[in-house]
Amino acid sequence: MKIQTKINGHLREDEVEPRLLLVHYLRDVAGLTGTHIGCETSLCGACTVLLNGEAVKSCTLFAVQADGGEITTIEALGNHEKLHPLQEGFWEEHGLQCGFCTPGMILAAYQLLCRNPHPSREEIRKGLEGNLCRCTGYQHIVKAIEYAAQKIGSPDA
Amino acid sequence: MPSTILGKRIKRKEDPRLIQGRGHYVDDIKLDGMLHMAFARSIHAHARIKSVNVAAARSSPGVVDVITGEEIKGKLGLVPCAAGIEGLKVPDHPCLATGKVCYVGEPIAAVVATDRYLARDAADKIEVDYEPLPVVTDPEKALQAGSTVIHPELGDNVAFVARLEGGDWKAVESDSSLKVIKQRLINQRLAPASMETRGVVAHYSPGEETLTVWSSTQIPHILKTQLALMLGIDEPHCRVIAPEVGGGFGSKLNLYGEEGVACYASRKLGKPVKWIESRRENLLATVHGRDQINDVEVYVQPDGKVVGLKCWIIADLGAYHQLLTPAIPTLTALMILGCYHIKNVFVETKGVFTNKMATDAYRGAGRPEATYVIERVMDMVARELNMDAADLRMKNFPSPDEFPLDLPTGVTYDTANYQKTLKRLLKISGYSRLRKEQEKLRKQGKYLGLGLSTYVEICAMGPSSRMPAGGWEFGAVKVEPTGKVMVLSGTSPHGQGEETTFAQIAADVLGIPFDDVTVYHGDTFQVPMGIGTFGSRTTAVGGTAIHNAAMQIRKKMARIASHKLGVKPGELIFSEGKIHTRDGAKSMGFAEVAAEAIFAKQLPEGIEPGLAAHSFFEPSNYTFPFGAHLAVTEVDAETGEIKLRNYYAVDDCGRVINPMLVDGQIHGGLAQGIGQALWESHVYDENGQLMTGTLMDYAVPKAHQFPWFETETMETKTPINPLGAKGVGEAGTIGSTPAIVNAVVDALRPLGVRHLDMPLQPEKVWRILKQHATA
Repeated sequence: MKIQTKINGHLREDEVEPRLLLVHYLRDVAGLTGTHIGCETSLCGACTVLLNGEAVKSCTLFAVQADGGEITTIEALGNHEKLHPLQEGFWEEHGLQCGFCTPGMILAAYQLLCRNPHPSREEIRKGLEGNLCRCTGYQHIVKAIEYAAQKIGSPDA
Repeated sequence: MPSTILGKRIKRKEDPRLIQGRGHYVDDIKLDGMLHMAFARSIHAHARIKSVNVAAARSSPGVVDVITGEEIKGKLGLVPCAAGIEGLKVPDHPCLATGKVCYVGEPIAAVVATDRYLARDAADKIEVDYEPLPVVTDPEKALQAGSTVIHPELGDNVAFVARLEGGDWKAVESDSSLKVIKQRLINQRLAPASMETRGVVAHYSPGEETLTVWSSTQIPHILKTQLALMLGIDEPHCRVIAPEVGGGFGSKLNLYGEEGVACYASRKLGKPVKWIESRRENLLATVHGRDQINDVEVYVQPDGKVVGLKCWIIADLGAYHQLLTPAIPTLTALMILGCYHIKNVFVETKGVFTNKMATDAYRGAGRPEATYVIERVMDMVARELNMDAADLRMKNFPSPDEFPLDLPTGVTYDTANYQKTLKRLLKISGYSRLRKEQEKLRKQGKYLGLGLSTYVEICAMGPSSRMPAGGWEFGAVKVEPTGKVMVLSGTSPHGQGEETTFAQIAADVLGIPFDDVTVYHGDTFQVPMGIGTFGSRTTAVGGTAIHNAAMQIRKKMARIASHKLGVKPGELIFSEGKIHTRDGAKSMGFAEVAAEAIFAKQLPEGIEPGLAAHSFFEPSNYTFPFGAHLAVTEVDAETGEIKLRNYYAVDDCGRVINPMLVDGQIHGGLAQGIGQALWESHVYDENGQLMTGTLMDYAVPKAHQFPWFETETMETKTPINPLGAKGVGEAGTIGSTPAIVNAVVDALRPLGVRHLDMPLQPEKVWRILKQHATA
């Protein structure tokens, strides 16, 4: 099937199998390997991306379901010169260890901060319900998101 | 001069690539013409294989080859076991089953296809005709006469029996003043569940006759040796690369059959072959952790002094040995006395085969089991004698001046001050205030519990004499003509942040900016030798090798600079990128001296050109980090739900190189240890079917399940290495599990609860509350 998508601001058209998962489309067709696969069952959140502004788990969506959609992956959130405050927060506060859950975690946090710019620690923890991390024990992730919330909220951001 | 960089909170070198999604894990590697592999696995826990029909798979679209156990017989070696235990029975463990299967998930055949979906499609078309055999999943039943024997050629299901004994048991047993307390404890089976599953890309180049393997592994060098042996390839033709590795926790300290088959397929087909494990496969067929039954007996004086401990361990090994399967429970025996100077010990460890996936290293690997046993027991003793749990522990600690301390288990603890960490813990947690609060709440019918755990662990593995494949580590330091420094390590960190720690160590010795150091690890063509990352050894052993290599560089540079500056080498200081006299009157830039060494125009007599050094560090002993943890739990009287209200930890891992990374290791460890106590359990039914085969069923903890961890570190350095670092990777896991269970049992003390087995899921607790209400 032919699909049209806008990934990280770039329009593309691809011929895909109907059963191709969105995550494989992003990784294998578009070559964006920053989005990871941790469980193929939408339980771990490593594959979280933004589809039309909403955080979705790309392992349980077909690529064809993203037809006509706009997708943002970790690769487009910031860049080396100017990291996104969330990326900065994860670096500053040691919010990652092996880094495998990190792209999904950051995009889930992105949506969390869009919906609630000043979350409490409890709200951050609840907001990450769909994302698993086996390395950090989450505390530094919570701090990373607090850092980003503060940075985004400050006038010089 | 105090270090300007060791002990500092420095942001990780690894992070920029990882937070931008620009790191490369195994599945991110793509090679021209790459094929994809999928496995057909056993659906029975124990069965004879009557036939494997691959015809439909072979004609399935995109299929290039189908490989069966029969095909690889004699062409691909067995999955190795490196554990050296006297009298150990080692069953044949082929990479693909032939004749019979012994656990659900055992690989039977592999499909190689042009696409990962097509490979999976075809693997599902493989028809296996099974003749089911009786299944045994309970290790105690496996020990009974008349049980089905999983490997009949080995006689019975006992893989080994190891005994460890010390002290004067005659005297203990004849002392009628001693109280004897007995308890059975269960350390349930767990899944390591790293977020990245296993994965491998094997690439055999027929022209060069080289095998390059990218594997999500903790031990690239050991893997290289073992793959060379399995495939019969000359080892110098074999290269293993551990790219970014998305967590391991011991589960990737192994060599798996799938890795062997991928290499075999690549060599056979002359094309790169990729296999990425699914989560279902990961939960089924990547090693599991723990799974022990511990029958413990302690002998106590009326004043609370524990004088003897006996423990009978039944370790459920699963169906086959993986790399270190039988060695893990022997670590439990070594550490069974915890941080108490108990003079008499007896441990019998029985390793038993069952129709399950193999157990092997999982964060802590044998030591969490030991700590759980001794720390639960200390609480039981305190309760029996009506003593406070903290006082009882203080009474049984050796004093700090008794170290190095020889234990009757045969190990020698290096340094410790157990009193110091416990005192600090009691202070920061407000322990006596909490006890008062508990008393008040109990009067209101509310269940608040306090659980202590004071642990010691065995780390920095280890002296080569005690390790199956050598316990040294390799480190190298090279100074480039530009003055920038490259560090190589034989360890293989996978989330620990050692690129940062190692750079701190090298920058400290050489007096150069942290940013001038780049660290590489994980590629056997780049790093000549190495052992790997496990057993909290990477900083203490691997970091020391780098420190020692950097010291050689420093010595050579001092000689070259002294020659140029006309001073004695001993007068020179390395700091801020300069090599200078104390008064600063004479000085050269670090890069300037490097260029002198490498361009070699005016070297002093007897100095070779170049600026590269390496070191193999062989530790003379293990190290023994320790700490004290306190959990505060509330039990909901209606639902049985346990709320972990507070968690306090004071850990002493020796010298801290980077406090931020140490905190991270502690937090992650706590999450896994608490996970075992409260939620996690890898469950098989009596037919050997895994009941917890998805992340919906296996409870990897989530963010909202934890309180804010209040942690502190103290520093009691070890004399075993010049850094004084002991290791911290496993401390949190080892310390936390008993703290939680002790807290919940303490909460339910008014109901007469003496012990509860993990995990303490609400239903279990609710039943007890209900029982009590109706009683």
